[in-house]
Amino acid sequence: MDLKTSYLGMQLKNPIVPSASPLSHNVDSMKRLEDAGASAIVMYSLFEEQIAHEAEELDHYLAYGTESFAESLTYFPEAAEYNVGPDEYVDLVRKAKEALSIPVIGSLNGITSGGWIDYAKKIQEAGADALELNVYYIPTDPNLSGTDVEDRYLEVLHAVKRSVTIPVAIKLSPFFSSLAHLAHRLDLAGADGLVLFNRFYQPDIDLDELEVVPNVLLSTPHELRLPLRWVAILHGRVKASLAATTGIHTAEDVLKMTMAGADVTMMCSALLKHGPNHITEVLSTVRDWMVEHEYVSLEQMRGSMSQKSVADPSAFERANYMRALSSFSTHK
Amino acid sequence: MKRNKVTIDGNEAAAYVAHKLNEVIAIYPITPSSNMGEWADEWSSQGRKNLWGTIPSVTEMQSEGGAAGAIHGALQTGALSTTFTASQGLLLMIPNMFKIAGELTSTVFHVSARSVAAQALSIFGDHSDVMAARSTGFGMLASNSVQEVMDFALIAQAATLEARVPIVHFFDGFRTSHEVMKIEELTDDDIRAMIDDELIRGHRSRALSPDHPVVRGTAQNPDVFFQARETVNPYYAAFPAIMQKAMDRFAKQVGRQYKLYEYTGAPDAERVIVIMGSGAEAVEETVDHLDKKGEKVGLLKVHMFRPFSASHFVKALPPSTKTIAVLDRTKEPGATGEPLYMDVSTSITETFIDGSLHLNGFPKIIGGRYGLSSKEFTPAMVKGVFDMMKQEKPKNHFTVGINDDVTHTSVEFDPAFSTEPDDVIRAMFYGLGADGTVGANKNSIKIIGEDTDFFAQGYFVYDSKKSGSTTVSHLRFGPRPIHSTYLVDSANFVACHQWFFLEKFDVLKTAVPGSTFLLNSYFGADKVWEELPRHIQEQIIKKKIKLYVIDAYKVAQATGMGGRINTIMQTCFFAISGVLPREKAIEAIKNAIKKTYGKKGDKIVQQNFDAVDQTLANLFEVKVPAMVTSKIEMPPVVSENAPEFVQKVTAGMIAGFGDALPVSAMPADGTYPTGTAQWEKRNIALEIPIWDESICIQCNKCAIVCPHATIRIKVYDGETLKNAPAGFKSMDYKAAEYKGMKYTVQVAPEDCTGCGICVDICPAKNKSETRLKAINMEAQPPLRERERSYYEYFLSLPEIDRRTVKVDSVKGSQFLQPLFEYSGACLGCGETPYVKLASQLFGDRMIVANATGCSSIYGGNLPTTPWTVNPEGRGPAWSNSLFEDNAEFGLGMRLAVDKHTAMAREMLTQLAPQVGDELARAILNADQSDEAGIYEQRVWVEQLKKKLKPMNDPVARNLLSLADNLVKRSVWIMGGDGWAYDIGFGGLDHVLASGKNVNILVLDTEVYSNTGGQMSKATPRSAVAKFAAGGKPLAKKDLGLIAMTYGNVYVAQIAMGYNDTQTVRAFMEAEAYDGPSLIIAYSHCIAHGINMTKGMSNQKAAVECGHWPIYRFNPTLVGQGKNPFVLDSKEPKIKFEQYASMEARFKMLTKSHPEQAKKLSALAQEDTQKRWKVLERLAKADTGTDVKKVIEQSHAPQEH
Repeated sequence: MDLKTSYLGMQLKNPIVPSASPLSHNVDSMKRLEDAGASAIVMYSLFEEQIAHEAEELDHYLAYGTESFAESLTYFPEAAEYNVGPDEYVDLVRKAKEALSIPVIGSLNGITSGGWIDYAKKIQEAGADALELNVYYIPTDPNLSGTDVEDRYLEVLHAVKRSVTIPVAIKLSPFFSSLAHLAHRLDLAGADGLVLFNRFYQPDIDLDELEVVPNVLLSTPHELRLPLRWVAILHGRVKASLAATTGIHTAEDVLKMTMAGADVTMMCSALLKHGPNHITEVLSTVRDWMVEHEYVSLEQMRGSMSQKSVADPSAFERANYMRALSSFSTHK
Repeated sequence: MKRNKVTIDGNEAAAYVAHKLNEVIAIYPITPSSNMGEWADEWSSQGRKNLWGTIPSVTEMQSEGGAAGAIHGALQTGALSTTFTASQGLLLMIPNMFKIAGELTSTVFHVSARSVAAQALSIFGDHSDVMAARSTGFGMLASNSVQEVMDFALIAQAATLEARVPIVHFFDGFRTSHEVMKIEELTDDDIRAMIDDELIRGHRSRALSPDHPVVRGTAQNPDVFFQARETVNPYYAAFPAIMQKAMDRFAKQVGRQYKLYEYTGAPDAERVIVIMGSGAEAVEETVDHLDKKGEKVGLLKVHMFRPFSASHFVKALPPSTKTIAVLDRTKEPGATGEPLYMDVSTSITETFIDGSLHLNGFPKIIGGRYGLSSKEFTPAMVKGVFDMMKQEKPKNHFTVGINDDVTHTSVEFDPAFSTEPDDVIRAMFYGLGADGTVGANKNSIKIIGEDTDFFAQGYFVYDSKKSGSTTVSHLRFGPRPIHSTYLVDSANFVACHQWFFLEKFDVLKTAVPGSTFLLNSYFGADKVWEELPRHIQEQIIKKKIKLYVIDAYKVAQATGMGGRINTIMQTCFFAISGVLPREKAIEAIKNAIKKTYGKKGDKIVQQNFDAVDQTLANLFEVKVPAMVTSKIEMPPVVSENAPEFVQKVTAGMIAGFGDALPVSAMPADGTYPTGTAQWEKRNIALEIPIWDESICIQCNKCAIVCPHATIRIKVYDGETLKNAPAGFKSMDYKAAEYKGMKYTVQVAPEDCTGCGICVDICPAKNKSETRLKAINMEAQPPLRERERSYYEYFLSLPEIDRRTVKVDSVKGSQFLQPLFEYSGACLGCGETPYVKLASQLFGDRMIVANATGCSSIYGGNLPTTPWTVNPEGRGPAWSNSLFEDNAEFGLGMRLAVDKHTAMAREMLTQLAPQVGDELARAILNADQSDEAGIYEQRVWVEQLKKKLKPMNDPVARNLLSLADNLVKRSVWIMGGDGWAYDIGFGGLDHVLASGKNVNILVLDTEVYSNTGGQMSKATPRSAVAKFAAGGKPLAKKDLGLIAMTYGNVYVAQIAMGYNDTQTVRAFMEAEAYDGPSLIIAYSHCIAHGINMTKGMSNQKAAVECGHWPIYRFNPTLVGQGKNPFVLDSKEPKIKFEQYASMEARFKMLTKSHPEQAKKLSALAQEDTQKRWKVLERLAKADTGTDVKKVIEQSHAPQEH
């Protein structure tokens, strides 16, 4: 059974790629993913903001209250050096490359163009096979237009593409007024892959404390529908590879996404929930299904259910929602 | 040979040589010497090697006594060993110093000389400590400048190895230890050339070894002790020549020639001053100046004070000498003169008698004191002494630098006399501790010192507050070495980094005509003039001062620097002072930024670069008008309602005129009135909390956490509101106990430090806008006047009747008047809420013994002190003895109270028929277990006193003098973990075992906070502290468990931020327990590297992760057949790591030593689990006996 696929120009043994998550916080855990059958790994994201924040925080607290009182001019010993840059991350990339035989994809969330370029280069130098740009960004400024936001994605892509030679994928938010247009622009700008979609951290409200609190929720299978639609729409319309992520939990999900046109199917929540061995199970079920349904390769089915290939392309469009709604009410 | 030029302070210079020349270093922090140990520890932890290629072992001990013992042991076992200390620290070393010298052991102790506490403690410099050690047999070598500190550290080591006489190498605390100076750094070759390895091998050969065993340290009898003591004479006789030989060898190698006694000045001088230490530099400067003007004066610098070589000394005097003034930086009350004066007198007399005196006749010799506790010693004072020496009968036993209007010892001088040369740039900077002024100036000195041929000097003056403290930097840059060991008194550049200083200090007082004034101003160049106070305008016009302004906070905000304006103001200084060409200066500043911040990340560097770049565009010269127009005057220092002592004495200190106060203004025995902090309106808060009564739930939590007692709460009769100022807020009291009364929460607007901890803790949120609470921070300046009038009115409302208060609750306790208020503790201090709480609960009958440390400084450092009195004039009586003896000091208080109470009861029994049996019975049988009982007893005792007053019977008069002891007194022993866990543990343990009724409050910050965050045995595993740069490898000592093993000690571990009710209960139970009580209070601290506004959240996390479980162990419960141990915290629910991530003390290890951090963090997690298991078992035990067993079982060895 041929599960091979090509993603960002890399030949992968199967389409299951663990996406950026705490599972890539150390080499041991990445090794377990590889052993379970992952065909590549996207590492957790290096956040420039976090690095800058940590450096500022350290500087602030180590200096706070110093040179104020004659008996305690400082409160801490001076360390010879501080590991405040991206070194820890870069070092992990290096170690991962040494320990794994599957491709390792770095993930980066920058805030300044300097940061994007600098850290991208460092991740490449550490041996990453590709880079995923995690443009994690909530535009809240009412003066910022949709075009401004799209331009920012483009700028980041341009800047990074100019600085590194490894393939670059860009992870997108689903919240664009014209996603197809943006995808097209990114494609023209040389994106090697589009990753659909980023799941944003969504805050919650604590009713007892009346506070906004972080509340990480794992994805549920029904969330698959959003990327499914867009993978189906974009397949065949962009040169860039397509990675589907969000809501992919089962073999069925992998098959659906592949049929919609995904080159790889990324998993996170399912692996956090069931552990790395879930990959093995999914792959085995995929194979069984293909045997049962007489598919010889994934390539055979890739895009078979994309908008371009289905009998009713409008099924992926807005009208479909209206019909679904009316059929729902009819059944009621 | 080319040598590096470095700009460092005296402590670093001493530590540099000491670290190169020793193998074993034992240390203990004490100001101003702590930095020497810190440098040594830091260098060793970074792997820096000594001259022989090994990394010196640096060990922190539990006290200076411990350090001296460890050094003694290391020396006896053949290691090259040293220590660093000062003041009481040196005094604690004296017993070992006698031994080390008696055994002829080579070592050098480096001492930054500091006042010994007498009528008061002082951290500043004089020679009283060194003088107290002068009979130990140690040689004593004085360095006068930072360069000499480095040079003499080496010379001393060379001499001690040869002479076998140990040496105290000393230099003036702060003036030299903390003065930053450009000096020449000795090279390894220099050091090697001075040290004879053969002598080191000799030192080792004398070591104790089982391979060639000897006995040293015998006990001797009257038959031989005396003779044996005299055996050392030849070594001391040979010492001066050996020391001079070392100095000569040094001169050959390095080029600087020193003498044991070094004369400088006119070869035919008739008047000669003899002096040692940094004061010699000021004298030298004056002598040069006066001799150039034709006077015949000279200076004899004493470097080698012990052994004092009369022959060398006398020979150094010019034959023309007629009058000698010996200046001692110490005081020896009752002596015929101070030590140096006595030595000089004896030397002259002895040489005169034996005919070897080469002077033309017997000179007049006078002695005087100067510079105690870093009192300024200036050329003007030196000239005053020289002038006085001209008199036929010059004053002997004089003082200079103060106005002694009591015994009239002081020498007159003209303060206007100055020797400051014109080609030296003399700059003064007024800043806040928080704005980074000092750090920036230290950087500037380095830039000028290291990038130019200029010589540079920096000295920094700090006030004694830990929050909102003012700093004044004194910088000099000049073409020649700088000998001005005194503050800048005629500045050609003045910078004022805070606008509000203009109304607080006369910042232009020292500005010379034509000087430059740089002002950080909210007002632009076109507006600023009208806003300046009158005295500033007057001086600018009169002295033709050039005025520049910058809105540094605006630039700082724009460049992401927040509140730190250091880089901006530094750039301004370089831009307008002309010390360096502008371009070159900017480049140098940027290089310095890279050096300072580079390792903390690119972002920080870039922010500073941006600040530099934007500064010049925002710096403007102001066109100075010809006329003074301002009507703004300096406000009075204290209110006119302040008591006389505060008006006359305290106000002078607050305003910075303390130097001018005469001797007669000072209490003779160190006794001061309490309640003075209320008069020092510091106005340091930018924002203050304002109460919103519509949201308030009346929980009183804001008041209990307030570190400065500036949130006050009262319940009172609504009738009194008739006279309230308009807008004064109040609300109906909600609960039953004061139904119908009014309730007010009020801020003390001018005393609040703006820490915000009250707002953080407030649980009540505005239902329509949740960011608002029942108290909210608002800008202080526009509210100052209004809130001041409210607060004045609030204070006039009656205090609550203590008998009506449910004192063992958070809410009730906060209706009680705090008798500890407005301290100078850090913003958001974690200690003071506990201290304040104790003062509320027991203050009106409380005596406090306070260990030296943060609490003795914010509790007792002049000018003003926070302990205060209630309307009846009662309040805590407070004293600080020492660091190490506090438990014993407090026990002594208890013993006296107990004895006096017993005596009073005996006498009352005896006098019962005369005073009335009923009254006597009432007093003797009084139940004083609650506020009502105490109130009643006070009434009876007053009646008794009234009856006793007219009685002439001696017993009645004695009873009258002791009758107050019939009211229950509460003795509190307070201090930090450095005291309780380390230096004072022996005493603490003894007091716990005494069974006496004392209450011990340990304010556990888990480091030596006051001296700058050194590790104590309370420091948790994995925390970074000074002396534990790689994270503390071992677990925290469990003081609570140790105390519980006694069985009869009340023990509570508390954390207000986790459970304030348990905190209040613990205080009440501890005080009620008739025996020793120990409260260990988690105190978040600035030395933890935390957000001080959120300190209570850190406390909560410390408990929730199991690092700081809270509990109470009450032995009285055993008598009731109950388990005395109550575990008040819940099972750990968060990981230690989560708590640690909130504090830079843990976090920095993950950045500096990531692997070690992981390892130690895991072990710290295990610690919490193990601790919890033990406490859980304790909580489940049935009786006291079982508890003891559990505790004993729990004392398993620690994980390494």
